[in-house]
Amino acid sequence: MKPENVIICRCSDVTLKELFDLFEDGYETFEELKRIKRVGMGPCQANTCGKMVQWEISKYFNIPLEEALFHNIRPLTMGVKLKAIGVQADEE
Amino acid sequence: MNEAPFVIIGAGPAGLSAAEILLKSGAHVVLIDRSDRLGGQLTKQTHMFFGSEKQHASKRGIDILKLMVDALSGYDNLTVHKETTVVGMYKDKTLACLKGETYFKVHAQAIIVATGASEKALPFENNDLPGVYAAGAVQTLMNVYGVKPGNKVLMVGSGNIGLIVSYQLMQAGIEVVKLVEAADSISGYLVHASKIRRYGVPIEMNKSVKRAIGKTAVEAVELWELDEHWQGIPGTEEMIECDTICLAVGLAPLTELMQQIGVEITFIGELGGNVPRINPRFETSVPGVYACGDVAGIEEASSAMIAGKIAATHALLNAGIEVDKAESSLASWRQELQGLRNGPHGEKVRKGLEKLGVLS
Ligand SMILES: Cc1cc2nc3c(=O)[nH]c(=O)nc-3n(C[C@H](O)[C@H](O)[C@H](O)COP(=O)(O)OP(=O)(O)OC[C@H]3O[C@@H](n4cnc5c(N)ncnc54)[C@H](O)[C@@H]3O)c2cc1C
Repeated sequence: MKPENVIICRCSDVTLKELFDLFEDGYETFEELKRIKRVGMGPCQANTCGKMVQWEISKYFNIPLEEALFHNIRPLTMGVKLKAIGVQADEE
Repeated sequence: MNEAPFVIIGAGPAGLSAAEILLKSGAHVVLIDRSDRLGGQLTKQTHMFFGSEKQHASKRGIDILKLMVDALSGYDNLTVHKETTVVGMYKDKTLACLKGETYFKVHAQAIIVATGASEKALPFENNDLPGVYAAGAVQTLMNVYGVKPGNKVLMVGSGNIGLIVSYQLMQAGIEVVKLVEAADSISGYLVHASKIRRYGVPIEMNKSVKRAIGKTAVEAVELWELDEHWQGIPGTEEMIECDTICLAVGLAPLTELMQQIGVEITFIGELGGNVPRINPRFETSVPGVYACGDVAGIEEASSAMIAGKIAATHALLNAGIEVDKAESSLASWRQELQGLRNGPHGEKVRKGLEKLGVLS
């Protein structure tokens, strides 16, 4: 298998090879991967890649899936235009 | 800000059945769904349902949906927001919503989260080629929008979704070249599997996708056999021509909103992955926030309908609202739920719920 041809995060175009390289460099958690490579920060908000990332962490570091923690999720889950937020704030 | 005693996020079978219970009490209910039609997964389920009579078994999903939506008509205490996505949830139970370009907030006393699940993907080479789909998406394309996803499909996964969507592809005149499954046995109902076998689709165990092949879209797929650790065995590769790879490899609960307010989430593989830690009243670790249906653990529409009723009844009782015959209704719904989970196909769910500590 060529890990450079396996896409894990479609939104930010991150391959399995790039995950492996980060693991090699000592990054072990989803939260770290996200901060460095934006994995899970695109439109899908990790709904497509999240489970694969958990699975790869668990496999690579040989830890149970339960311990391959998910990243922190904060509002908002979708891009919202500042204008829309501004209009809402004015009305309030 | 809009005030509402009860807000339901998601209008699938869980959300719709919760709505009916809440509305009957006279309480004001806000029902929000990001889709342009109510019904969640039911909107695309043209097949007849399994399950028990009480949950409309042997009716088609789309007809069940009609009954459930009709049950909500005539209530003037209901506000429905379609094509509206809840994009944020805050600790004070304020929900941030987006409808097109309009952003608004709703403040709730109690929230019922019934957001369902999303489809899992698979890591294999060239998995970003056009023609690689999730099975539910294929079902939506065909049955909701009348669009053919391709002409020659490889199906991955032998759960009910893989089996049913294979059959529906054939009904649409699309060739299903093969169905492969990584495990060593078929995980869906055998009646569904037998049906597609009768139509000549080979179903092969311990096999998965090694890579997709194609320049600008899928032209072929290379499969390989898997060992008992689900690792590919070199030398067992086999090439198949197809233009569509359809992944039916499981669902994952859509818990993202609950994670934003610190609802306790725990990983239970049998329930689909990250699930909220609910109690037998379907309440999460945050009081007043309930989770039911697939978002609380992947099950079925029939169980989602019952879960919605139980969650809604407890939400009412907790809010100090009287519910006619609450005790006896709750007892009989719990019994129905148990009945649904009793068979061999409920084993995984039972195991998962046991880990969660809520086996009712
Ligand atoms: C192919 C297939 C066949 C099936 N066959 C059967 C069967 O024969 N019998 C059976 O009992 N079950 C069957 N099921 C399972 C059943 O469809 C699901 O278990 C059931 O739909 C779950 O209901 P739900 O209400 O929890 O979620 P869903 O039906 O998924 O509804 C969730 C709703 O929430 C909305 N939503 C999600 N997030 C947001 C948000 N942030 N803001 C606003 N709205 C949001 C979605 O738009 C959706 O409408 C099948 C499933 C599939 C895919």
